[in-house]
Amino acid sequence: MKPPRFRYTAPTLLEEALTLLANFGAEAKILAGGQSLIPLLNMRLAGPDYLIDINRIAELNYIEEEDGYLAIGAGIRQRQVENSALVRQQSPLLLEAIEQIAHPQIRNRGTIVGSIAHADPAGELPALLTCLRGEVVALSLRGERIIKAQDFFTGYLSTALEPDELLTEVRFPWIPPQAGVSFMEFSRRTGDYALAGIAAALVPGLDDRCFEARVAFLGIAGAPVRALALEQLLIGTELSERDLTLAGEAAAELVSEDVEDIHATTAYRRSLTMELTKRALRLAWVRREHEKV
Amino acid sequence: MQEQSFINAFSETREITVTVNGRRYTHTVPVRMLLSDFLRHELHLTGTHVGCEHGVCGCCTVLLNGESIRSCLMFAVQADEMFLTTIEGIAGMSNELHPLQKAFQEKHALQCGFCTPGFIISAHALLHENPDPSEEEIRLGLSGNICRCTGYQNIVEAVQLAASRLREAREEGA
Repeated sequence: MKPPRFRYTAPTLLEEALTLLANFGAEAKILAGGQSLIPLLNMRLAGPDYLIDINRIAELNYIEEEDGYLAIGAGIRQRQVENSALVRQQSPLLLEAIEQIAHPQIRNRGTIVGSIAHADPAGELPALLTCLRGEVVALSLRGERIIKAQDFFTGYLSTALEPDELLTEVRFPWIPPQAGVSFMEFSRRTGDYALAGIAAALVPGLDDRCFEARVAFLGIAGAPVRALALEQLLIGTELSERDLTLAGEAAAELVSEDVEDIHATTAYRRSLTMELTKRALRLAWVRREHEKV
Repeated sequence: MQEQSFINAFSETREITVTVNGRRYTHTVPVRMLLSDFLRHELHLTGTHVGCEHGVCGCCTVLLNGESIRSCLMFAVQADEMFLTTIEGIAGMSNELHPLQKAFQEKHALQCGFCTPGFIISAHALLHENPDPSEEEIRLGLSGNICRCTGYQNIVEAVQLAASRLREAREEGA
């Protein structure tokens, strides 16, 4: 359980990191919080020739309130976002998702952007970014690319990032203040990888029916799952028990047989996803603020 | 030629200076050396235990600039110019045990003791952030540490006892 040999550098300027990636990107890995990469190295499931540690690049340390979204730079730890007054006030769904990531000791090191770049289908943040139709910023010496979440997560631990690109920023769109939100997952022990989970944001209309729905799942397929058909089912409804049952059934159908493992059969994950969907949507709807419309 | 100059940016060993429990150490280490192994094998601070080496068990928890982290999920080179506290330094300058250590002893919060340093460091970080945690908050704060023999009841009680003593001490001091 010791990492294989590699060569290491810790640039202090973004430009340096991009230059190194341009030259060695195919054989290099970026080291940010290391809470996913270092276990992979320890278990020798990864063996890059080079590690480029971006922890000393100060210009990546920012949380910014932008028009339309919250921008989080690649140096920011999950715990910093969790403790940020801005996030606590403005982004309850992001807070609820982060609180369910592993344990405080992991969140003290793990970064928001790193978790997105790692693209674990059971990860909280890839599912949240998918739910919110967020974007990421990929930077290289060739220029900047803004990539939508739906195009970014391409499969199991796979993304649209090119070898010479660095993921510098993640953008979580703001949710209308009257929206009701909920992030729910199930794991056998607190902080373990979730067997299934859901991120949901429901916006009520003037008639207090669901005007807009954003729903995504984690842990049920090889990548985070957008639930477009399920969202359509909810629009115009009052989230009655019957609507919730229909949504739960639609959610169960999204569970891929590929994720069957020693922790849960497909049937169990389907049943779990159905129940989580009902509970999360019910809670999100209760949390909406109709009078603010 | 250009590529050759960039490759010099990378190395397999590095000199680092780390402050551990108030003492400064300068060592040259292989870049792949985990912080947990650096503490144990280079500094001979063997109180930091190594269980799973992939971030699950919590035995190797230490304080990095005051925050609890897994020392098996960080390379020693990354701790260059940083401040660490391990179980050996938790009591500070005094010859007495830290209130958490005393409470673990009194409440029988350990049997084999393998997980204990990690629990005490995690509890220390928790009480620093939240001096008066509920039982639920204690259980959440310690959920990243696994004990395979004592069970968690006495560990929770020990943290509650230490928390109340630390609060009393603070009030007396104020």
